[in-house]
Amino acid sequence: MLKTWRFHGGLHLPAHKHLSAHRPIVNAELPNQLVYPLQQRPGVQLNPTVATGESVLRGQIIADSDHFLATPIHAASSGTVKAIEDRIIPHPSGLSDQCIIIDTDGRDEALASEPIADYRLEPASSLRSKIRQAGIVGLGGAAFPTSIKLNPGPQRHIDTLILNGAECEPYITCDNVLMQAEPDAIVQGALILMHALQVGNGIIAVEDHMTEAFEALSVAIEQTRDLRLTAVKIPALYPTGGEKQLIRVVTGKETPSGGIPADVGVICQNVGTAAAVYNAICRGLPLTERVVTVTGQGVKQQQNMRARIGTPISNLINQCGGYQDSVERLIMGGPMMGFALPEDDIPIVKATNCILAAADSEVAGSKETRPCIRCGDCAKACPVDLLPQQLYWYSRAGNLEKCKEFSLFDCIECGCCEVVCPSQIPLVQYYRSAKSKTIAKAKEAEKAAIAKRRHDFLLERKAREQAERAERSRRKKEALAKLKAAETATEGAE
Amino acid sequence: MKFSTVMSPHLQPVNSVDRVMLQVLLALIPGIAAMTWFFGIGVLINIALAVVVALLAEASILGLRGRPIGSTLKDLSAVVTAVLLSISLPVIAPWWITVVGSLFAIVIAKHLYGGLGYNPFNPAMAGYVLLLVSFPMQMTAWLAPIELGSVALSEIDLLKLIFLEQLPDNVNFDAVTMATPLDSVRTQLGLGRSVPEIKTDSVFGLLAGKGWEWVAGGYLLGGLWLMWRKIIGWQIPVGLLLGLGLFASICYAIDSNQFALPSFHLVAGATMLGAFFIATDPVTAATSVNGRIIYGLLIGSLVYIIRVWGGYPDAMAFAVLLGNLTAPAIDYFTRPRVFGQKA
Repeated sequence: MLKTWRFHGGLHLPAHKHLSAHRPIVNAELPNQLVYPLQQRPGVQLNPTVATGESVLRGQIIADSDHFLATPIHAASSGTVKAIEDRIIPHPSGLSDQCIIIDTDGRDEALASEPIADYRLEPASSLRSKIRQAGIVGLGGAAFPTSIKLNPGPQRHIDTLILNGAECEPYITCDNVLMQAEPDAIVQGALILMHALQVGNGIIAVEDHMTEAFEALSVAIEQTRDLRLTAVKIPALYPTGGEKQLIRVVTGKETPSGGIPADVGVICQNVGTAAAVYNAICRGLPLTERVVTVTGQGVKQQQNMRARIGTPISNLINQCGGYQDSVERLIMGGPMMGFALPEDDIPIVKATNCILAAADSEVAGSKETRPCIRCGDCAKACPVDLLPQQLYWYSRAGNLEKCKEFSLFDCIECGCCEVVCPSQIPLVQYYRSAKSKTIAKAKEAEKAAIAKRRHDFLLERKAREQAERAERSRRKKEALAKLKAAETATEGAE
Repeated sequence: MKFSTVMSPHLQPVNSVDRVMLQVLLALIPGIAAMTWFFGIGVLINIALAVVVALLAEASILGLRGRPIGSTLKDLSAVVTAVLLSISLPVIAPWWITVVGSLFAIVIAKHLYGGLGYNPFNPAMAGYVLLLVSFPMQMTAWLAPIELGSVALSEIDLLKLIFLEQLPDNVNFDAVTMATPLDSVRTQLGLGRSVPEIKTDSVFGLLAGKGWEWVAGGYLLGGLWLMWRKIIGWQIPVGLLLGLGLFASICYAIDSNQFALPSFHLVAGATMLGAFFIATDPVTAATSVNGRIIYGLLIGSLVYIIRVWGGYPDAMAFAVLLGNLTAPAIDYFTRPRVFGQKA
């Protein structure tokens, strides 16, 4: 058993994992339609590489972009591109955006796969490009491109790879069941990632209640006879699955504020991502499906489903027997950090680890907010050791300078403070708003600076031009005067 | 199908102000029961009167401020203030003492600063101090505990005493009242007696005053329960008792004739009530973990200093108000190091 460290605060939340934890992964049916939003992350918009009416095969790239944070999207089944049009996208805003819509033909024909025979013979750069071409992003929820994470740059020395199997949010069990079902894929994926990073130390971290997953991984590791890889159990404490928290727990290292894990020599990947990397490298399969937990008291049958990316949520819910009458909220992700969806005609994306159809008894209703009584429970719960209550005062007062001073941008929006707040203040909302205001203000300042530079430049140019004109006319006058003088001189000489 | 979109976190909150206040009230029961046992139902009359006045005052002010009345009264904060004030008052205090104190606490100390959560000073203690400096006579006339009282007053007599300020014909005021243990230590020391001599007086029980020590025990019990329920942290009570105890121990070690035993100070007067119920008022206390320890130590030390060298026999109210003053500064200097930042 490896030594583990702890971080400040955190909460023991009611897990609700029994709803789906011990059920096998069900293969979801192929839906009639697949929907792919082109906005991949804020500010990263993909361009379609297919046109309406074109037929596509499973595994074919249908959208990509040159943006360095972009990864291609692949069709998850064969069919025809029906349209490229605005649909509601899975985003907290609930807004519509461009999506590629594919009508599936039921044949599920795939492109020929191109596995790599022995990844150990490949240089890191070719593995990274293969991983990018397979469309792999972090499957834990953040969907950050894996290939970018695997390229921390020469100035950072990486010594440890951590696979995140902590899955600390209540309800979610997709990683847990994947670790039980496909421990070999995860372990092989870990070894590929370690090779790509050239690190000699790999740790797979699971929460201490995931006994079966831990056993399965241990056996899989044993079979590889690779001593560089270990599985470790860590205490279940929300948000231990947060990247920086997990690194602290497993290695004792603190990722610097504003920094990334690579700054302390660690790269963190989700276990599902590792399995996807294995599938991409060793089986030549791009990322077109993932395991999704469909759970909550608001759905008839809670289960983990292997679903094609792009499957509408309504389709998955139907396969789970439909909603219960008590369903109140539809959440993508967990109950702490997931976002509520306005309707269910929205597709799952690569980041979708959980669909939580919550009954009214499971979620906070309209809260009776009271004034802050400065009890400090929020500060005790904060995993980043912030003073949430001070941040609340300052964000409410619109004092963005003070917010910054009290490290607003170190807030990970985990929601611990809000859950323990006896005054039931929507704290996280205040922080989000203050953050976006700060960002907007910085952008505005930047714009103003550019405008000022432009204006200054204009003035400078005008002044220069004027000076040049004056200089020209002075020279001209001088030349004329000289000419005249010369003329007079010659005249005089004559 | 359409769903409501609400921001995360979606999990239900685990606590509420109403629940916190209710538990504070429940935790006061053992202490109040002991007080009633030793000093009669006067304390209950005070509580009832203070609660009614506080609720009426809060409702009127909320009305004037255009705030929701019903839902705010439900938070029970006014009741907590009223109860804390009334159990600090002498049990035979005339009715207008309780009324003036409650009004001051709610109207001036709480609502003029913005109501719950915004008041810099503990409202109950502000009310208490106002009464103590304005009406010292009435505020120091404590009934003798039942074990010692030469004259037993019936419930009717008590009501008459509180509301009409009348005593039965054959009883005189000095016969029913008695100096508190803290008060008598101070007076007797002034008369040149030594602490061991004073301790033999009939007012004193095992640790502090007869009856009083049981009341303190009741508050300790309730306070420990609050700690166990995680309504209050250990930092302020431990800090306060430690500050007071250390100071008392040092002085006692220097001269045991002039300074009372530390155990006397820990049990006497409002120490237990203050440590667990008054200094722990979150609104007016320091908030950071380390800050709360310092805050407790400071109040504990102040209690001792004022008791021994100040002008008043007990000092909890003054010490807490002085502590309130320092809370923002303490918080400023005890900010925790943010994860991933340098110290």
